[in-house]
Amino acid sequence: MNSLKRIFIYTFLSVAAIVSIFPFLWMLTSITNKSVDVTQGRLLPGTHLIENLKTLFATVDIVPALINSSIIAIITTFLTLLLASLAGYGFEIHRSKGKDIIFTILLLSMMIPFAAIMIPLYRMFGSISETAPLIGIDSLGAVILPTATTAFFIFFFRQNTKMFPKDLVEAGRIDGLSEIGVFFRIYVPTMKTTYAAAAIIAFMNSWNNYLWPLVILQSPEKRTIPLLISNLGSSYSPDYGVIMSAIVIATLPTALVFFLMQKHFVAGMMGSVKG
Amino acid sequence: MSQLGTKKAEVDLPVRTKYEESRRQKTGVFFKKKVGWLFIIVSVIAITIFNFYPMVQAFLLSFQSGMGANLEYVGLDNWRRLFGDPTFIAALTNTTIYLLIQVPLMIVLALFFSVLLNDPKLKFKSFFRIAIFLPCVTSLVAYSVVFKYLFGIDGIVNQFLINFGFIPQTINFLADPFWAKVVIILAITWRWTGYNMIFYLAALQNVDKSIYEAAKIDGASSFQQFFQITVPMLKPIILFTSITSTIGTLQIFDEIVNITNGGPGNATISISQYIYNLSFEYTPDFGYASTVSYVIVILVVILSIIQFRVAGEKK
Repeated sequence: MNSLKRIFIYTFLSVAAIVSIFPFLWMLTSITNKSVDVTQGRLLPGTHLIENLKTLFATVDIVPALINSSIIAIITTFLTLLLASLAGYGFEIHRSKGKDIIFTILLLSMMIPFAAIMIPLYRMFGSISETAPLIGIDSLGAVILPTATTAFFIFFFRQNTKMFPKDLVEAGRIDGLSEIGVFFRIYVPTMKTTYAAAAIIAFMNSWNNYLWPLVILQSPEKRTIPLLISNLGSSYSPDYGVIMSAIVIATLPTALVFFLMQKHFVAGMMGSVKG
Repeated sequence: MSQLGTKKAEVDLPVRTKYEESRRQKTGVFFKKKVGWLFIIVSVIAITIFNFYPMVQAFLLSFQSGMGANLEYVGLDNWRRLFGDPTFIAALTNTTIYLLIQVPLMIVLALFFSVLLNDPKLKFKSFFRIAIFLPCVTSLVAYSVVFKYLFGIDGIVNQFLINFGFIPQTINFLADPFWAKVVIILAITWRWTGYNMIFYLAALQNVDKSIYEAAKIDGASSFQQFFQITVPMLKPIILFTSITSTIGTLQIFDEIVNITNGGPGNATISISQYIYNLSFEYTPDFGYASTVSYVIVILVVILSIIQFRVAGEKK
């Protein structure tokens, strides 16, 4: 009975692991094979990798898309960390009744479905397009602004600030630091791991964001990586080797972040429920 | 006189200092409070502009109709139109099907994996954990395109099923209304099960092992332990994950657009995709699109309340 149970458990977990990993294996072997071989279900590594990459860089504007996505993701992550940590710190360290009420109201915004605010946002950015083209429709600025401040990260920083020793704030004040000084000189260096975890989640969210860039970006040269891949995926005569190469390149940054910083990655996820 | 004078002076000095001190403290507190507001003000303004204000705008838009920017108030017309709109009904039905099948399936699977992986005697534990979590590193668009090819008519899933004799001839998964939905559900489950599993694994580490020892001594089977210890212990985290998954699935967009694009016909279209199509694919009707979008808002609110109630009652 017991050994039967063991066999069942290992079989079950192995099947789950194979199903989880298989699409990755397929992606990785596909980028080394010709499109014909991919359609014939070849699952062994081939010798076509260099050709696939050459065709990719020659026929698809993947470099501009990578640059656009990087600019957007880096600025969004920076703004998110700065604004959300300031607010999370403010709500927790300078606590007051009024702020607690505002905090609760901000949390409600986490339940707002993006589809519900996308049209007014589109119209809002449309109305400022002429006066401020840098943050108007079809600008990277318009992609960044609505995604850079979210209640989730404020909540995340506030939860983590609960573990921040408040004596340090007093010590900083006694040493003559201003309130802003206490934040930048004491809080920020102490909370490095929180910032790392938040940075990973913010970067991944921004890098993978699809719907809002799809709505607000129009010209092909402004395209981000998800828009490019979506476009490749809907082509009628797909070159599988080339498309898979683009997908692997797009997945590399987030996969690397995951493998190099697994602990922070999981800490980032957990931050949302802790406390 | 002089004695009185010195007395007065002695009394006076501390009084004044106390008064000044309290004044300084008061302004200090006042100042500190103000500084506190400085920390949060940018975020509060930004979230108001980019979340709450558009919410109000969308609500107002839901009572307007017209093409592009030429909108006028039409009262409840949009809301009435909803019930007679076959595409909306299809979108609502599909989204409900995804929700009812996918969320429970994923949460049960994730719970199951986490319990198995929590067994201290299990070998290759970190391999299994990483493997099952791996899908979370892919972007929604990227894995959707991969799934589209995997389940294509000449895709590898068809080849596998035929080679092993499970099916007599290829199934055109993405062109069949039933199978297309199955593919969507499988895809979302593949992407998110590991994500939820991590939450349960973390929560299980806080569960006292001696409870299970005691249950074993009392002769409780694994299933009894699962339903009578694990599930009640993890209730808060199960509630959290089911609410986030519900909100996520209600808004599903990336997968639908990139795997089936809503087809065949409208067999897989979701509410979010319909809103997008109404606004940016067909002749733009922002008013009616906003009405449809408010259906998601209403559903999110209702389902969250129900889930909180259900979780609360069992206590």
